[in-house]
Amino acid sequence: MLIYGSEIHSRLLLGTAQYPSPAILSEAIRASGCEIITVSLRRETADGSGAGFWELLRDTGTRILPNTAGCHSVQEAVTTAQMAREVFGTNWIKLEVIGHSDTLQPNVFGLVEAARILCADGFQVFPYTTDDLVVGEKLIEAGCDLLMPWGAPIGSGQGLRNPDALRAMRAHFPDVPLIVDAGIGRPSDAAQAMELGMDAVLLNTAIAQAGDPIGMARAMALAIQAGQAGFVADPMERRDMAVPSTPILGLAELA
Amino acid sequence: MNLIVNAQPREVSSATLALALPELGFTSPAVATALNGTFVPRDARDVTHLKDGDRLEVLAPMQGG
Repeated sequence: MLIYGSEIHSRLLLGTAQYPSPAILSEAIRASGCEIITVSLRRETADGSGAGFWELLRDTGTRILPNTAGCHSVQEAVTTAQMAREVFGTNWIKLEVIGHSDTLQPNVFGLVEAARILCADGFQVFPYTTDDLVVGEKLIEAGCDLLMPWGAPIGSGQGLRNPDALRAMRAHFPDVPLIVDAGIGRPSDAAQAMELGMDAVLLNTAIAQAGDPIGMARAMALAIQAGQAGFVADPMERRDMAVPSTPILGLAELA
Repeated sequence: MNLIVNAQPREVSSATLALALPELGFTSPAVATALNGTFVPRDARDVTHLKDGDRLEVLAPMQGG
């Protein structure tokens, strides 16, 4: 998978929030096999805790994808992206412009505007968006090389609310990397996303809040591999009626 | 002068942002700064003069999804 010119082998991108401990976070990153992790910027505390976290991240050897989580305006998101570029030393930014506090639904109007500003400023933008095709086109026009449609609201674990829309996105953007971001709850959700032809899955809460985050990291990685292999292997068409798999020819007359 | 630093009222004597950060206890190199909502790059902190009532944000790496 080519992400802004970088060859990425793991199709799981992992968030770093809400783990029971830093040690479990490190182990979960390793167990997931992910190469890209998301992080945020928050107010520095008096004890300088940010530096310790940053060291832990660097020890994992993964690539850092900073986010603009919590930003509700274009100005906030752009300023946060600029600050993240300096701290993390990367042009990558997971762009979130939130439109609604309850659903954390992207404000797609602000998202497109912020994407245009950031792409023009040399950022490589990973836009957290809806499954709307027109918005996707506007983001690509703004300079985004990939799209990150939501599966369901952030942290809800509902799985894919609208698989048909994701299938339509795949058909509409055959050459654009599509990463389902948010809403995954179980390994079967992640497998389903990959079977629909998504290029990757970004998740956080489903692993961090599992009873055994390290075990779930492993399970998600396997599900994503299985779903992707299934998509490549071209699944059979659904049928409305049964078709016997055992040959009729040669069936004995025993009645 | 009085500043609002990460939403808390603080008093500093330093004239520039570069000098105010250590005075305020921010010694980690892994921080980014914004003054009154505008990003101030690291190499501009020396020439960024503070004034009474300025709103300073000092951000650091944290967990995120």
